[in-house]
Amino acid sequence: MEGKKGIIFTGGIIGIISVLLVYFGNPANMGYCIACFLRDIAGGMGIHRAGVVQYIRPEIIGLVLGAFLISFKNKEFEAKGGSSPFTRFMLGIVVMIGALIFLGCPLRMVLRLGGGDLNALFGIAGFIAGIFVGVQFLNKGFNLKRNYKMPKLEGYIFPAVNIGWLILLIAAPAFIFFSAEGPGSMAAPILISLAAGLIVGALAQRTRLCMVGGTRDMILFRDKYLLLGFISIIVFSFIGNLIFGFFNLGFEGQPIAHTDGLWNFLGMSLVGWGSVLLGGCPLRQLILSGEGNTDSVVSVMGLLVGAGIAHNFGLAASPAGVPLNGKIAAIICFLFLGAVSYFNSDDLAKN
Amino acid sequence: MKKIDTRGMSCPQPVLMTKNALDKNPEGVDIIVDNNTAKGNVERFLKNAGFKASIKEDDKDFIIEARK
Repeated sequence: MEGKKGIIFTGGIIGIISVLLVYFGNPANMGYCIACFLRDIAGGMGIHRAGVVQYIRPEIIGLVLGAFLISFKNKEFEAKGGSSPFTRFMLGIVVMIGALIFLGCPLRMVLRLGGGDLNALFGIAGFIAGIFVGVQFLNKGFNLKRNYKMPKLEGYIFPAVNIGWLILLIAAPAFIFFSAEGPGSMAAPILISLAAGLIVGALAQRTRLCMVGGTRDMILFRDKYLLLGFISIIVFSFIGNLIFGFFNLGFEGQPIAHTDGLWNFLGMSLVGWGSVLLGGCPLRQLILSGEGNTDSVVSVMGLLVGAGIAHNFGLAASPAGVPLNGKIAAIICFLFLGAVSYFNSDDLAKN
Repeated sequence: MKKIDTRGMSCPQPVLMTKNALDKNPEGVDIIVDNNTAKGNVERFLKNAGFKASIKEDDKDFIIEARK
């Protein structure tokens, strides 16, 4: 599963499975969405109380466990961490706020385009702009310092947490929230979602698929390897949506989307820039979390808490648009990214 | 030969450090990496940039010798 064929195949599988997940019950253009699904899990645990987006999404559990199992089998699992953990936690919050202003992570962004949602074009433009800014700091020596080997248990805890989420999903105790209406109530059957996560988790671990890495490596090194995966997802989800009759071209009336081009652009700029600083998109953070990288686990915790903040403080967008609180938060997030980028760039600031 | 240590650095630092080192030492450098992802990324970069890469295992790390 190495090389160009592997990454194109992986993108194709993701594109097709994502359409199948919608067919089996997931919200439209949301076969996979790492930000939305972590937001749903945050809601399921009561970290926020937005009643329409609460569910323990088995796709997330599958992605982490799929990456864990395949990395363990191939002796690539290694517990490591300690590379500016709290900065990464805060970057996770920023990335989630940006994603919930756009209404999707980079993966859902391309799935939205594959479904004909042209609002995603503003998101992609913003995403590329954000990556471009992040790359400028990489070229000025931006880094979050080294990670170090950790005790094995440190790496096993997050996969175990995912097994705990699976138990809570199946046992459905009263303290876990499940949406009765809205996107959180729309879900493919548990076993299908779990399998969809496991397959893509394993493939993404093998191929190192990363939505932000594609554009970043193209700008930095003229390396198109990861970008091929990004493009493959768009092409195959487009084909799948055509076959299933889900394709709907236009700006208006798109599922779980708004038409505010400026804020679609700015939301994804935050995601692109923040993800470059983290070293990978939300999907990649989940995969690395399964491989024992606890810096990525901390980033995922930031994403979860970010979802709580976004809904509790009224920052998250809805099909009606982006609330004022969300716009103010986005500006604060840009300032934060600027500070993190500047002060961690060896050529700009003394460390 | 100039040696660079990319162990513990997250993406895309190992490749970026390799690129910067080769800009200053165009005849070649030795790169230490500590995981398969970084090894693959550095190898791919060297191939695209027209360098030869030979790899030695060193305990749990890899030493990639990049030569013109």
